[in-house]
Amino acid sequence: MSQNKRDWDVQPPFLYPDYKSTVLRAPSRPLVPIKHTLSELTGPVYGHDLIRPFDNDLTMNARVNGAPLGERIIVAGKVTDERGRPISNTLVELWQANASGRYVHKVDQHDAPLDPNFFGGGRCLTDSEGNYKFYTIKPGAYPWGNHPKAWRPNHIHFSLFGNQITSRLVTQMYFPGDPLLDYDPVFQGVPEKYRHLLISNFDLGVTEQDFAIGFRFDMVLRGDNETPFENR
Amino acid sequence: MSQDKFYQTPSQTVGPYFAYGLTPKQYLYNFPSIADGNLIINDEVSGERITISGQVYDGNGHLIPDAMIELWQADAEGNYSKDLSMFHGFGRLGTGTIKDSKFEFQTIKPGRVDGQAPHINVIVFMRGQLTHTYTRLYFSDETEANSQDPVLQSVEEDRRNTLLATKTIRPDGTTCYVFNIYMQGPNETVFFDV
Repeated sequence: MSQNKRDWDVQPPFLYPDYKSTVLRAPSRPLVPIKHTLSELTGPVYGHDLIRPFDNDLTMNARVNGAPLGERIIVAGKVTDERGRPISNTLVELWQANASGRYVHKVDQHDAPLDPNFFGGGRCLTDSEGNYKFYTIKPGAYPWGNHPKAWRPNHIHFSLFGNQITSRLVTQMYFPGDPLLDYDPVFQGVPEKYRHLLISNFDLGVTEQDFAIGFRFDMVLRGDNETPFENR
Repeated sequence: MSQDKFYQTPSQTVGPYFAYGLTPKQYLYNFPSIADGNLIINDEVSGERITISGQVYDGNGHLIPDAMIELWQADAEGNYSKDLSMFHGFGRLGTGTIKDSKFEFQTIKPGRVDGQAPHINVIVFMRGQLTHTYTRLYFSDETEANSQDPVLQSVEEDRRNTLLATKTIRPDGTTCYVFNIYMQGPNETVFFDV
C-alpha cells in the first residue's frame, strides 16, 4: 500500500511572498522524497466517546445568558478521498471568529466586540457516508497587518485527519461572492485554477426552514493510489 | 456525484488563532483537547519515559511563538496503537505557553517499526505556512539503528543531523531529547514530501 502524494498543482507553495510571513517561515530547500512506511500509512483514530452534545453546534456550546449574536448558518458537507469514496468516522475540528470578526484567542486585539455567548470552536465525526454538519454563526471579516487595508475574508478554519497521518488537512472555508477574496494572499496563495475548491456553496438542501441558511463545503483528502478496496 | 477525479482540498494556514480550537486545554480555554503534550494515558504502559523538548526558529533565527507541533509515534513495541486507554501515539502542542516558545512532550521512546530506527513523525503548522511541513525525529543515541535506517540514509549526509534529537539528562534524572526545528538557514531542518 502507498498513498497519493500531495498534489502540488492544487496545493499552495510554501513561499508566497504576498503573504508576508511566509518569507521567513517557508522551507528554502526542496522537500526530501520519502517512501511510505507504516509510519506514514497510519494515523490517530478518534471515537464517538470524544464528542459531547453540542460540540458541533457553536450556537449552543458556549451560551451564558442567551443566544450568540449574528447570522445563524449551517455548514455541512462530505469528506471523501480522491476517488470520491467517503471517509467515515473521521474527526473534523473547526474554529472561527464571531459575527463581529473577533476571535476568542487572547492574542487577538482587534477592536471588535467579543460575544459572551460564542466561543467559536467545535468538532464532530463524519458519519458512515463521510458527512459532517455544524451549526454556527457566520464569521465576520477582520483586519490584519499583512498590507495596508488588509482584511481577511469571512472564513472558517477546518482541521481533519483522514485515515493516515499523511492525509492530514488544515484548511479554511470561504463564502461565495466575498469581494475580499480577490485581495487575500492566503486564499490567493492557492493556484488560481483550484481556488474555487475553498469556496462553499449556498445550498437549499442544507438550509433549514425558518431557522438557518445552509452552506455546503465538501473536502477531499489524499487517498491511497491502489486498486479500490473497502474496509481499509 | 459522478466525477472520476476529486481534487485534494487545498491547504490553508492554521493562522495565529488556532489555540482555542486545536489546543484549548494547553492554552486554558474552557474546551477539552483531543490531544496534548502528554502521550502517556496510563502509567502502567511499558516503555522508557522521555521528554521531547524543542523550539522552532524562523529564517532570522528568531523563536516562533505561534507554531503548532504534532507528533505521531509507535509505542515501545513498535506498534501504532489504536487503543487509547494506555498510550496515545498522537500529541499536539502550541509553542505559546512555555517560556522561550518551547514545546515539551511527555512520552515513551518508540520501538522500531518495520526495521526502521526508532523515530517520531513530526508535523509543523504555523502562521506563514500555507501548507504544513512533515519531518522526522530520530534519537541521537541510536547510532547503530540510525546508520541502517533507509529514510535517514536517503538524506544528504550533512543534513542528517537536523533530524537527530540530542539526548540530555535533566537535573531530576529524567531523559530529555532536544529537537529544535529550523525553518531556514544553515541548519534548516529536513522536511519530507510525504
